[in-house]
Amino acid sequence: MDIKDKISTLVPGVEFKEQGDLIAVIPAASFHRAAEALRYDKEDAMDYLRDIVGMDWGETLGALYYLESTTTHARIVLRTETADRENPLLPSVSDLWKTAVIKEREAFDFFGIRFTGNPDMRRIFLREDWVGHPFRKDYDEKSNELNMNNEVNADVTTEYTLKADGTLTTEKHVVFEPDDFVVNVGPQHPSTHGALRLRVALDGETVKRVDPVCGYIHRGIEKMNESLTYPQTLALTDRLDYLSAHQSRHALCMCIEQAAGIEISERAKYIRTIMDELQRIDSHLLFYSCLVLDMGGFTPFFYGFREREMILQIMEETTGGRLIQNYNMIGGVQADLHPDFQKKVKEFIKHMRGIIHEYHEIFTGNVIVTTRLKGVGVLSKEDAISFGATGGTGRASGWANDVRKHHPYGLYDKVDFKEIVYTEGDSFARYMVRMDEIMESMKIIEQLIDNIPEGEYRVKTKPIIRIPEGNYSTSVESSRGEFAVFLESHGDKTPYRLHYRSTGLPLVHALDTACRGQKIADLIAIGASMDFVIPDIDR
Amino acid sequence: MKYEEFKNNDYLENMVKELQANGVNVAVSKLDDLINWGRSNSVWSFLLGTSCCAIEFMTLGAARYDMARFGFEVTRNSPRQGDVLLVLGTITNKMAPLMKRLYDQLAEPKYVVAVGGCTISGGPFKKSYHVVKGIDKIVPVDVYIPGCPPRPEAFYYGLMQLQRKIKLEHFFGGVNRKQPKPIEE
Ligand code: SF4
Repeated sequence: MDIKDKISTLVPGVEFKEQGDLIAVIPAASFHRAAEALRYDKEDAMDYLRDIVGMDWGETLGALYYLESTTTHARIVLRTETADRENPLLPSVSDLWKTAVIKEREAFDFFGIRFTGNPDMRRIFLREDWVGHPFRKDYDEKSNELNMNNEVNADVTTEYTLKADGTLTTEKHVVFEPDDFVVNVGPQHPSTHGALRLRVALDGETVKRVDPVCGYIHRGIEKMNESLTYPQTLALTDRLDYLSAHQSRHALCMCIEQAAGIEISERAKYIRTIMDELQRIDSHLLFYSCLVLDMGGFTPFFYGFREREMILQIMEETTGGRLIQNYNMIGGVQADLHPDFQKKVKEFIKHMRGIIHEYHEIFTGNVIVTTRLKGVGVLSKEDAISFGATGGTGRASGWANDVRKHHPYGLYDKVDFKEIVYTEGDSFARYMVRMDEIMESMKIIEQLIDNIPEGEYRVKTKPIIRIPEGNYSTSVESSRGEFAVFLESHGDKTPYRLHYRSTGLPLVHALDTACRGQKIADLIAIGASMDFVIPDIDR
Repeated sequence: MKYEEFKNNDYLENMVKELQANGVNVAVSKLDDLINWGRSNSVWSFLLGTSCCAIEFMTLGAARYDMARFGFEVTRNSPRQGDVLLVLGTITNKMAPLMKRLYDQLAEPKYVVAVGGCTISGGPFKKSYHVVKGIDKIVPVDVYIPGCPPRPEAFYYGLMQLQRKIKLEHFFGGVNRKQPKPIEE
């Protein structure tokens, strides 16, 4: 049955919007029922909640829910809203998808929308004593001065429940009991990979609960986007996940090109795909180095950086940057390839194939490594899907979620490569997925590098781009999962709302499940094997 | 770079020459010079890496850029063991009180190096509602290293400037460090 008919029979009188993405507008009263029916549908259960995007539509506050089925890979967007700006309430879907718990906290933090039935309605990025909700269009940017007092974190969360007669009841949930032994990890900690803070309750050495505190690197990029023109918004994507800089920017460029109807040249597609894969190898080498470093090894760190420097040098010759490259542009890429590019890439691949055995000899088979990674931090497939833990983490749990395979972009439908899937779901599987992906990425590059067609590397575009009204989205497989761009345009030269799907937020959220019952010492190794980058979480 | 062109250690060489000219083989020089020579060549940095700049700093530790050559390769993750606070990456409003606390925990004499556009002025996020527009509003900064992120060579240059600064200090007598008070809110 067509998805439109299906929703129409579920919710009579549902409206559809078809500018860009297909959106079903569902009234808040019947939203939970509709979501539940879609989630447990017989044919294509929408069991993967890609993202919840909070919105301020002026008259109303609401949210967009991006759903996908893990079996058929069909996608649908739901929209629901409330006209009450003073005390906005929406039904929570946290009982259907676990990831909704943290995504709804984000919507509460930014828009002040309370989700009835979500057990945890604390702020997530901003300080708990922050006044107002910054993503609302009527928010005064000057209303919060720099506060140099230390923040106090509550140990109790509140759940709101809407009774049938319209009254609101609250219920308290305890994060940490008063006699829990709570250890604070971060935000200044060498092994949390950036400014992440974890509050960990311990029972002896065993982890009882992990409560992530985010926002120490929240820069409000999405809010800044609303006052930038489309070409200007590009500059900030490289600073999200700096180890997926090319891929994130690729996603945003594709989204704008698709919405504005810009056709890019075949050459640009080749360049983008090759750069994406080089970036993936770069990122996985850094992953290797960091995992080893976090577990106390030092020599393999030098191995990883030795080969990574070769990639950085190749990139630098073409793009001019080492880490932040600002290479993709609307309509193509910024500069043509360096004359030596093909030669050097081929040299690198030859070198890498000849040397990767060193990586495995020193680390993979090591007895300390296997005992500390195998069987530790297991995440089941159901949990991975429910948390939306995409990328290598999901694939290590047996969830085939590679965007390159299921929603091909660039040239991924033309090349032959294998999607790496392991089923153990432990830290070791997560590690092996990345190591195997290095080999697959090299395979992809080899198929492309000799066939780059001649032609324009960039088509001319107007400096001011206006995008027709509507909602647009694209997703790419970044180095650590599905990175997606969700754009709502109202026909201006600046976006009305531009939201990025964080690849790391679901991983940090899943940390609690993966770490419970494990030793505190393994917390760091589990975190390193999940490979999150904090600036991408906090945005 | 040729050895003669690198003017970093010339005062030491002059000192040695002077001593040798007088036929001395026991150094009775100013103790200050010796202490400063030692301190400037074993700068232990305490890292506060929050964002992209921190990743670029990691490459300094690896083989190609190997910062051990210049005497600042020891990095610490506890403020109790560091000489210089290296701020690598954006400092947000939520992070600011923590950065101040870490600075306060460093033992004297202490220095601060602001790395990257973000720490100097807010960088690309100058217009944000949640980013500190320059860490010098909160802690006194000794050296600024601009860039987004700075190239590894720029890191070196910046840290060498810090070493020069350390060499000019008086450990005995006089006030060791005349630092302007951080701007009060
Ligand atoms: S200066 Fe640039 S590279 Fe450094 S932290 Fe800021 S945005 Fe990242």
